[in-house]
Amino acid sequence: MKQKPIILVTCGHFEQRVIKLISEDITNVFQHPVENKECSLDINKHYNPGRRQYDANGILEYITSLAPEQAIKVIGLYRVDLYIPVLTYIFGQAILNGKTGLVSLYRLRNELYGLERNNDLQIERFRKVIIHELGHMFGLIHCHQTNCVMRSSSYVEDIDQKNRDFCNNCKILLQEKL
Amino acid sequence: MAKQISILIVDDEESVRDSLYNWFIDDGYTVECAEDAKKALFLLEEKNYDIILTDVKMPGMDGLEMHKRIRTMNMQPIVIIMTAFASVDTAVQALKDGAYDYITKPFDPDDLSHLIRNAAAQVALKNENETLKKKITTLIDVEDLIGESDAIKNVLSEVESVAQSNSSVIITGESGTGKELIARAIHANSPRKYFPLINVHCGALTESLLESELFGHEKGAFTGATFNRKGRFEMADGGSIFLDEIATITPKMQIELLRVLESKTFVRVGGNKEIASDFRVICATNRDLKSMVKSGLFREDLFYRLNVVNITIPPLRERVDDIPLLATHFIKKYCTSMSRDIIRIESTTMDHLMKFEFPGNVRELENMIERAIVIGNGKEIKLKDLPIIKDISQNSIESLDDLEKKHINQILKKYNWNISRTSRALKVDRVTLYNKIKKYKLEQE
Repeated sequence: MKQKPIILVTCGHFEQRVIKLISEDITNVFQHPVENKECSLDINKHYNPGRRQYDANGILEYITSLAPEQAIKVIGLYRVDLYIPVLTYIFGQAILNGKTGLVSLYRLRNELYGLERNNDLQIERFRKVIIHELGHMFGLIHCHQTNCVMRSSSYVEDIDQKNRDFCNNCKILLQEKL
Repeated sequence: MAKQISILIVDDEESVRDSLYNWFIDDGYTVECAEDAKKALFLLEEKNYDIILTDVKMPGMDGLEMHKRIRTMNMQPIVIIMTAFASVDTAVQALKDGAYDYITKPFDPDDLSHLIRNAAAQVALKNENETLKKKITTLIDVEDLIGESDAIKNVLSEVESVAQSNSSVIITGESGTGKELIARAIHANSPRKYFPLINVHCGALTESLLESELFGHEKGAFTGATFNRKGRFEMADGGSIFLDEIATITPKMQIELLRVLESKTFVRVGGNKEIASDFRVICATNRDLKSMVKSGLFREDLFYRLNVVNITIPPLRERVDDIPLLATHFIKKYCTSMSRDIIRIESTTMDHLMKFEFPGNVRELENMIERAIVIGNGKEIKLKDLPIIKDISQNSIESLDDLEKKHINQILKKYNWNISRTSRALKVDRVTLYNKIKKYKLEQE
């Protein structure tokens, strides 16, 4: 186990059970301890009323400015609808080889697509997106293997297709980066 | 390895440039940004980009004008126009000017991914087309013919020079060195490449079967000949015929072959009509034909008829530097055919492979890699997956000659110095065995 922690910054209410699952995932995969910090960042200034969405780049910059020195990575967990200027929506955003990233539950809900509510599926998707974004933060790029968690996903169905795990190649690359 | 696709993003808004930069970097593309058309054109003078993603509305020169300027330059990147102000007129104008596509901000993530993936596929096709065009005029690549060592480069340069002629070629080399691949390379680079390359494994057929196989037969020529059948020489008309293990053919077949090679005509078994065929002969053997000629096992006139050009393929132990390249190639080949992730080979394992003698040459290495992929852990090839540990541990500091001497002596003793039985056991001909006995000064106790 490495020393420097990966910090989960939770913005909004998340069940302890979910945070525990995510922390376990991260520790298992990235071999760093996980610390959870609740935060009450005011993200209203990043709200775009025209798009009725939050600017992920702005929030990411904010998280970066607040990231503690001792943390190896900081990832923000949100419940709001995120966008970047060129895209209509995103599930998450991270800086390749950077220290910070963020992920939102908002677009992972079945109800948004006219489907029956499924909390477990939503959490499973959330866990995959978090590992995906952390993968970018540790320097991994998108992978073409169908089941690899680093495969690019535009729709929730794409997320459902892949595993919550890296393919062999990405695993080896990650080990080199860790 | 495929060339990495390079993308140039031209947009006056920093947030757009940054977002697109991050998006494409995550996908593994090489990305650069320019804040206006002027800077983009400056960058384009220095470097070629495969895809240019440009905004329309920018201070100074707009995206459409920039696109027109790019077209006058000596490059053909794929240009995708993007704008926040969707207008059919702009779209039509952009496409008329030769833009690849037009997209309105903000894009759906999937639309952007598809657009770039399609553009990248087009770039890949363009690159592939250029490579293929080059290959038509240079040496045609033959799968599995891999190596960077001087030894294999010399062979390939011989292939290149001999391919254009019509001369007969004998390819010699130990078993598993890739003689058939060289034959394919010669054919594929010759003017006969649009006609067939017919393979005949002479060692696998009996005399009568080989005769029927090479010359064909007429209906009723022998029991079971229920229809007329074209022979391999006839099938090779216009192309090349590859006679593998030529040293194994019988004296009778040697005479027949010599006659066909000289007249380029033959008669089907059971037939009476002479058939002409225009073919080029490429032969292969792992035996020393010269010494077979000396000992009367191979006709001298046929040897000289075939041996116009001789290409000798070095054994793998003489081109150790090619082992990593070959191993990586076979890993890719078998992982792909078994629909598995491409796995790696442990560096210490590679060191061991490079020290291994490979008596079975490239074929042995290929089989070893295939086996390791099948029985391995699916992540990395380790030393324990390869059947070389025992051999390595048995390796002493004795030279190959010492080992050979010891082995031959052992087998000679076993068969009480019966030369015929010993040569059969060692799978060498008697002349070779005599030469070895003389070389190592072996004597019966």
